[in-house]
Amino acid sequence: MKYFRSHVLVCIDPACLAKGAHDVEDALQDELVAQGLIDEIQVLETSRIGGCSNGPELMVYPEGIHYVGLTADDVPYLVEEHFLKGRPVKKFMEQVTVVSDQELGPPKPKEVRVVLRNCGEIDPNNIEDYIAEDGYGALAKVLGEMTPDAVIDEVMRSGLRGRGGAGFPAAKKWQLCRNVNDSPKYLTCNADEGDPGAFMNRRVLEGDPHSVLEGMIIAAYAIGASYGYVYCRAEYPLAVKTLNIAIQQARDFGLLGQNIMGSGFAFDLEVRVGAGAFVCGEETALIASIEGRRGEPKPRPPFPAVKGVWGKPTNNNNVETYAVVPQIILRGAPWYASMGTEKSKGTKTFAIGGDVNNAGLIEVPIGMTIREVVYDVAGGIRDGKDFKAVQIGGPMGGCLTKDHLDLPIDYESLTAAGAMMGSGGLVVMDDETCMVDIARFFMEFTQDESCGKCTPCRVGTKRMLEILQRICNGEGKDGDIERLEMLSTQIIKTSLCGLGQGAPNPVMSTLKHFRHEYEAHIYEKRCPAKVCRSLIHYTIESNCTGCMVCARNCPVEAITGQRRAVHLIDPNVCIKCGICMQVCNFNAVAVTS
Amino acid sequence: MKNGKDVMHVVRSAVAQHGATRDELIPILTDVNHELGYIPHEAVAEVSRLIGMPQTQLFSVASFYEMLSLRPRGRHVIKFCENAPCHVVGGRQVWQTLRDELKVTSGKTTPDDRFTLLTTSCLGICAVGPVVVIDDDVYGNVEPGQVARILARYE
Repeated sequence: MKYFRSHVLVCIDPACLAKGAHDVEDALQDELVAQGLIDEIQVLETSRIGGCSNGPELMVYPEGIHYVGLTADDVPYLVEEHFLKGRPVKKFMEQVTVVSDQELGPPKPKEVRVVLRNCGEIDPNNIEDYIAEDGYGALAKVLGEMTPDAVIDEVMRSGLRGRGGAGFPAAKKWQLCRNVNDSPKYLTCNADEGDPGAFMNRRVLEGDPHSVLEGMIIAAYAIGASYGYVYCRAEYPLAVKTLNIAIQQARDFGLLGQNIMGSGFAFDLEVRVGAGAFVCGEETALIASIEGRRGEPKPRPPFPAVKGVWGKPTNNNNVETYAVVPQIILRGAPWYASMGTEKSKGTKTFAIGGDVNNAGLIEVPIGMTIREVVYDVAGGIRDGKDFKAVQIGGPMGGCLTKDHLDLPIDYESLTAAGAMMGSGGLVVMDDETCMVDIARFFMEFTQDESCGKCTPCRVGTKRMLEILQRICNGEGKDGDIERLEMLSTQIIKTSLCGLGQGAPNPVMSTLKHFRHEYEAHIYEKRCPAKVCRSLIHYTIESNCTGCMVCARNCPVEAITGQRRAVHLIDPNVCIKCGICMQVCNFNAVAVTS
Repeated sequence: MKNGKDVMHVVRSAVAQHGATRDELIPILTDVNHELGYIPHEAVAEVSRLIGMPQTQLFSVASFYEMLSLRPRGRHVIKFCENAPCHVVGGRQVWQTLRDELKVTSGKTTPDDRFTLLTTSCLGICAVGPVVVIDDDVYGNVEPGQVARILARYE
């Protein structure tokens, strides 16, 4: 990665663009080139720096200086003063700047932050910041006054379940591994957070890496493990860097290595970086990848607790599971068990994305309803549209509908409704989303990520994808729905690992709740949400003012018309990209199906 | 020589840094791929010799992982996030625009070797979707109208 001493963010929201943000940006690029600074200062486009009320706006990092109301003519002076002479220019500065964190805002009233408590609050690259927040206090307690069995018992009583998705009781897993009479034992942390839309683990690793390390050291003590691996995906370069810094600092403080805190207990760990394979989040595939092999799953048993890394007993937990352990030790099992439902204790982090007002990370007690999460915590649906569905549990999860809004989010309720907890990605969809398209989309993902080892997953997902593609292209045939159902059942029954066993879930759940949409595509050649390209048409209506913006932006010159006259789209040329609709200022472009 | 770098030198320093053992294979190949843009055949042969692992096994690993490429790529690699959170906030249109602008499909390199167009697994920065990554530069909140301007920055 190339390093710059400074980054200039240019707001390119419509309001700023209208005031000439691109002219300012161009002038800035030109001036930086002219002054020979282009290799030191990077110009990036962004949105929502401020309110856009006084654009064009720039934000300069690392200083965090917010410039507003600029014109292209102001740029040479600004570059000379700020970037050459290092003197911020007061007259262009915004007086009060609130730097907003788009991912993780201040906690909402219904949130309870345990795992995310330190994220954004402490300096992740400074172990002393973590220690000041009671960091490593739990480890001291464990090593000083608790036996391994007492640790397992405490975690057992807290009711903590594995946060990787399946929800297996964490302490039970530890106990299984502890009971195996073999050594050495290994500990792995699954930081291969691959579910699209899920980034909770990334944020914890980047914002509070020591909580994960402390949890791992405690777990290693409970199990009797001597070495650990954090398997982190390569798509998270900052998380890898932060972890490595944290590990080094922990070693320097005597919290990793021989004789930790003078207790005689020895444990060390390292980061292993993946190379882009979703299936490596499956624990047996993860182990293969740690050993430098193809990340292909193996049949279980033997479970990793018996034969894991290098054929030795291995305990594998998710980032979030480890991160919460120190808090359970410090504050006690009853405190943790007081949150959540009868069978699902504690809190869970979720990454909410899609069509909601406040996309980002949240942490709530388990058992909160979907309605509370979507409307109270995430601020409801964007642009005042209607809620249509929410995809829970990632690409192996399922879509739930309006009828499920009052369903509590816990392991059992979600599974019963045809979705699953998964790692905690929530993709909210409004009424302009086509559910067949969404199902096709998830199938494309699992098909692509299938490792190819077992036939049902490798070939079965391909066949399902072909049928879904056909339906979206308007070529669906009678019997396609039944074929999808049959394939789903067979793939679920016969696949080797969770990827294949979960792959049909998005199709099954959309078929269950939105069967009419499939039928409309197949029998009426119609996409009710007006999304599937082969089934929609763009037209320009009579309120067109003839401003020519659409014609200029059309990538294939399908739009003709004189200035101030209603324009026309040639359906034979149109590629249905929808750009005309986006750029039209008069809502004159309509889409029909 | 590939991309102006001595293949043998790149391979040997990667092996020296990580250690000549099989379990370090993925870090070694990742480094080689990063330095040279891909893993040429002579690099495979040299890694095989240094860590004492058959070339077939090396190929099986190198061909498995998405980020490791056994074929040359363009001067700039564009990775488009085509996952659900980006998809539902306008990613589809951005993806179409990218393909229209470059006149290539996913996985292909432009005839002038300027760009290779790929999709990527979720980068976890969904709060600023749609997301496009070019080399190591990340672009968030991308709109179709910005694509041409962004591409123009890369020679």
